[in-house]
Amino acid sequence: MAQELAKKDDSSVVQSNGETQPSRPTFTPAVDIFEKGDTTVIIADMPGVAADGVDVTFERQVLTLRGTVKANAPDGYRRLSSEYREGDYLRVFTLSDEIDQARIKAEFKNGVLRLELPHAPEAQPKKISVKAA
Amino acid sequence: MLRTTYSPWSFNDPFADMRRLQGAMNRLFDGGRSVERSGFYPSVNFWTGQDSLFMSAELPGLTDQDIELTVKDTMISIRGTYPEPETGDEVNWRRRERPAGSFLRSIELPFRIEPDQINARFVNGVLTVEMQQPEDDKPKKIQIKAS
Repeated sequence: MAQELAKKDDSSVVQSNGETQPSRPTFTPAVDIFEKGDTTVIIADMPGVAADGVDVTFERQVLTLRGTVKANAPDGYRRLSSEYREGDYLRVFTLSDEIDQARIKAEFKNGVLRLELPHAPEAQPKKISVKAA
Repeated sequence: MLRTTYSPWSFNDPFADMRRLQGAMNRLFDGGRSVERSGFYPSVNFWTGQDSLFMSAELPGLTDQDIELTVKDTMISIRGTYPEPETGDEVNWRRRERPAGSFLRSIELPFRIEPDQINARFVNGVLTVEMQQPEDDKPKKIQIKAS
């Protein structure tokens, strides 16, 4: 289940008629994470996001997943009942393993982002020879 | 413009709001994995138009083949099964938050809908269903003649 992020600032927008309307919420997408062999797989649910609305960045072991939702409200309709809210998605992970950045695979299908993060080959212990003066 | 202030669920069923809250609380506490128990999965949004209804539900990870939508009179049912999560000796789970298993939800609609005029789409993990009231059930405008 996506959880709404606690907002640090009060980002409600005051409308012209004086009523406040909360701006679009940002949710924490539900994720599955598992390791398969020497690859970490992260699967994140981002329903309502189109493939071009997904943004994945990886910098200094910090992986950021971002999804921007396009409004889904139908034209000429009036809202009757709402059990869920639409919003953007944001989740940040700090990875402990060394990741081979060149081999990261990302796939987005049916509102689900699947990331495959292969571990970098372990750095081989290097023997340093000491020269006698 | 005259707006019809008609909210079918709350009118017919005073406990609808309470049940909805209960469903939300259950979802909050059961960690989201056991969708079968709640009976309120998936969450749906409704819009109303001129003689028509629009419904949407978030079902990420499913395909249009995994969802079964049935309509009978005023009842619409959504049924589906999430694909099995990856298994195997090599798989080491770290975190499981995404929904799994199968679900069935039936929703009572405010009016009968025309089964041949349902437009259901599944795009980016969101199911949208547009439904029309049958021609026979629509209110008819009656011409008044001045003699």
